[in-house]
Amino acid sequence: MNQVLLLALIAWPVLAAAVAAAIASDRRRPDVLPVAAAGHLALTLVAISPPSPSSLGGWLALDPPGRLVLLLLSVLFAICAIYAVGYLRYRRELSNRVFVPCLLGFLGMTTLVVCSQHLGLMWVAVEASTLTTAPLIYFNRTPRSIEATWKYLLVGSVGIALALLGSFVLAYASLGEDSSLLFVDLLRRADHMNRSWLHVAFVLLLVGYGTKMGLAPMHTWKPDAYGEAPGVVGALLAGGLTNCAFLALVRVFHICQAAGEGAYASRLLVVFGLLSIAVAAVFMVGQRDFKRMLAYSSVEHMGILVLGMGLGGFGIFASLLHMLNNGLAKGVLFLSAANIHRAFGSKSVDDVRGAMRRVPLSGTLFLFGFFAITGSPPFGPFVSEFLIVSRAFAADRFLVGGGTLLLLLLVFVGMGRTILPMVQGLPSPEAQRTTYQDGLLTGLPVLLSMALVLLLGLHIPSPLEALLRDAAAYLEMIP
Amino acid sequence: MLKVSAVNLLLVGVLLLNLFMLGTSRIRALIQAAALQGVLLGVIPLLIHQHSERNAGLIAIATVLLKGTVIPRMLRRALREAQIKREIEPLIGFVPTMLLGALGTLLSIAFASELPLEPQHRELLIVPASFATVVTGFLLLTTRIKAITQAIGYLVLENGIFIFGMLLVDAMPFLVEIGVLLDLFVGIFVVSIIIHHINREFASLDTRRLASLKE
Repeated sequence: MNQVLLLALIAWPVLAAAVAAAIASDRRRPDVLPVAAAGHLALTLVAISPPSPSSLGGWLALDPPGRLVLLLLSVLFAICAIYAVGYLRYRRELSNRVFVPCLLGFLGMTTLVVCSQHLGLMWVAVEASTLTTAPLIYFNRTPRSIEATWKYLLVGSVGIALALLGSFVLAYASLGEDSSLLFVDLLRRADHMNRSWLHVAFVLLLVGYGTKMGLAPMHTWKPDAYGEAPGVVGALLAGGLTNCAFLALVRVFHICQAAGEGAYASRLLVVFGLLSIAVAAVFMVGQRDFKRMLAYSSVEHMGILVLGMGLGGFGIFASLLHMLNNGLAKGVLFLSAANIHRAFGSKSVDDVRGAMRRVPLSGTLFLFGFFAITGSPPFGPFVSEFLIVSRAFAADRFLVGGGTLLLLLLVFVGMGRTILPMVQGLPSPEAQRTTYQDGLLTGLPVLLSMALVLLLGLHIPSPLEALLRDAAAYLEMIP
Repeated sequence: MLKVSAVNLLLVGVLLLNLFMLGTSRIRALIQAAALQGVLLGVIPLLIHQHSERNAGLIAIATVLLKGTVIPRMLRRALREAQIKREIEPLIGFVPTMLLGALGTLLSIAFASELPLEPQHRELLIVPASFATVVTGFLLLTTRIKAITQAIGYLVLENGIFIFGMLLVDAMPFLVEIGVLLDLFVGIFVVSIIIHHINREFASLDTRRLASLKE
């Protein structure tokens, strides 16, 4: 059982994708999604509880940070799967023959990223997950969505190609007797690594996987892709795929630390983190397209993640917690934004007024999602952002801490000025009216996601806290 | 010794193809040059291997087939459907990009000599050739405006990384190499579909028309 568990976890969504591709009816095909998601979630819950599964001679295994990402991925996908069934009912005019199998393929490939314990295999999986998401962004078949897909593919592929070069360079740095590219071996041999090659490798991998995460200045694909893709795809990219890239980066960072080059790598992470938050803050002020605004919010929070990781100490714990908070809050924001988009037939701030009147549930959740993501209590991101900033002060890095606080304030004001007028007041009489109303399938998943974000802010359940502590301890431990 | 000079000779061929690709204005010639480069890349690992294995032969065959015939054929088909013959007016002229490519090659050689190589790799041109090819790929990606030329740029970039991978022939598992090739194949496949749609939607492959999404 232990041997095949991870194989089953990866094969299950891929199999479901094949089944979905074989179903001829556009009406019935989306029903595969919740079934596949439920199965995946059940397998995930078994996989993250001890004993730790491992297969294919250690190529597939779950390390403690991997467990966290897997749990987040599976929960988020389950939420999005229910939503997608409701969403696709509203989009009967478009065939979902490619969309549904690609969603499931995405789940399979991201699961493979999480379970990969081999540097090369992990790269293959990240690239494969990029390819499965390209058709998802192109779902609307408009000229604008082609443009977004092209930029996503081109920028993403170049980034991921640099990550491959980085992986090769890292492999070369550790070349020697009985060397392998399994993370266990790389960590074990870390202090024998050649320093110059390791430096080159880390920069390439940071730029490569950083592109996939959407760290500034490699974030240019993000506003376009998130702006044009359906909201459910935005939620999965911002809450799932980017975290997989983050996991890849964290694993490489761990190797650098084990090699005694933690200071060098941390400095780069802090610089990229601050730069991402700053760039996002600047572009968020005065943003007229609310889906693009969410994309910049994603850039900001990816910056916060690497910043927390780079600050070290309890910053690592905070960063991992923030990954969960951000992933779920992005689910709330993207899905409720998609509902508002559908209710008003526009994603421009100028056309959307009084969303809380027209779609009360989505409008309210969008507002709460805004408070959550900008770090207001009592929601989860408040706790993790607070911990990251206090880590900066605890480490006597007052400029970093103060600068982050200032930028977070700027983001709050920038986002607030866009979002508050959208949800308050009355819809203007000339605003387009569509038939969309919040339903069970498009409302409940958002509510569920919001409840989880609130829960993480009020009380972290003890099994989850144990997972977080394990992961942080694992990353701080130097073998 | 003979092996080393044979490998270096082939790598010089790769470098010359880089310059040719930067200088040519005809897309068909560009595809052919990229295909030839792919074939060279398939052959070189066979010469480098310390102890030849069955898997090495398989990878060589897969590389030559994929980079030498399958991908060029897909690109040519996309080209035929789009009915374009040459890359008119690149963002930066052909001669300046060639000069930039030459400069990139020189810098790659200088940079590579700074990095500590294992003794058995010191005489090979692998690292400079790899970096120079990556630079060429970048130049094609950024200075050309046709979607299809950009796709070829990505292909060349990937070739550069493949060259670096030759340093690891004995360390890189078979499965991973096949995985990388498979990803490349699917990637180009997806790209050629998107190219088809760009052409249908915009009646052109000029990526400057893809400019409605901006701040």
